[in-house]
Amino acid sequence: MLFFSFFKTLTQQTVTVELKNDISIRGTLKSVDQYLNIKLDDIVVLDELKYPHLSSVKNVFIRGSVVRYVHLPPDKVDRGLLEDACRREAMAQKGKAA
Amino acid sequence: MADMADEAAAAVSEPLDLVRLSLDEIVFVRLRGDRELKGRLHAYDSHCNLVLGEVEETIYTIEDEDDGDETVKTTKKQSDMLFVRGTLSHPTVLASDSNDR
Repeated sequence: MLFFSFFKTLTQQTVTVELKNDISIRGTLKSVDQYLNIKLDDIVVLDELKYPHLSSVKNVFIRGSVVRYVHLPPDKVDRGLLEDACRREAMAQKGKAA
Repeated sequence: MADMADEAAAAVSEPLDLVRLSLDEIVFVRLRGDRELKGRLHAYDSHCNLVLGEVEETIYTIEDEDDGDETVKTTKKQSDMLFVRGTLSHPTVLASDSNDR
């Protein structure tokens, strides 16, 4: 749930999603679900000449499993808060396993 | 006294505990598809989804030369803040400076 919550804090921000087929799509993060499926609005495909198929598409739903990377706006990420939340989640998982 | 031993055991009892101890450290990550990342680890989960800061990505691709030979080309990319989808990485996240080759 850590990354689901994390992505929810980044909705309305501009992100770049790189897919496993090498297409990179930049757009506004509209929503995310527990599988880390992603909805983007006002999209731009970075290498438009190489991938012209999406040039008329304005918003997309991306299945989480085809995502390789999501480039995030660094000033919108609180690194300390994220690390603390990560440690808490790791401890909670341990508690469950024990 | 026994508490301290218990705590130490609790600190590292499974592989991902080593990853937890690498939070806020520079790590080296090897991915599928001949890709490597080096950057500061800010978050991870049980799928090995990651968030890395100040990342350098290295991609190794094989190029065919005119004379029929093949050479390995390396492409480097930088990113300030990167989420990495977990299921694509081998579960080998290594502390960089001690284990880097």
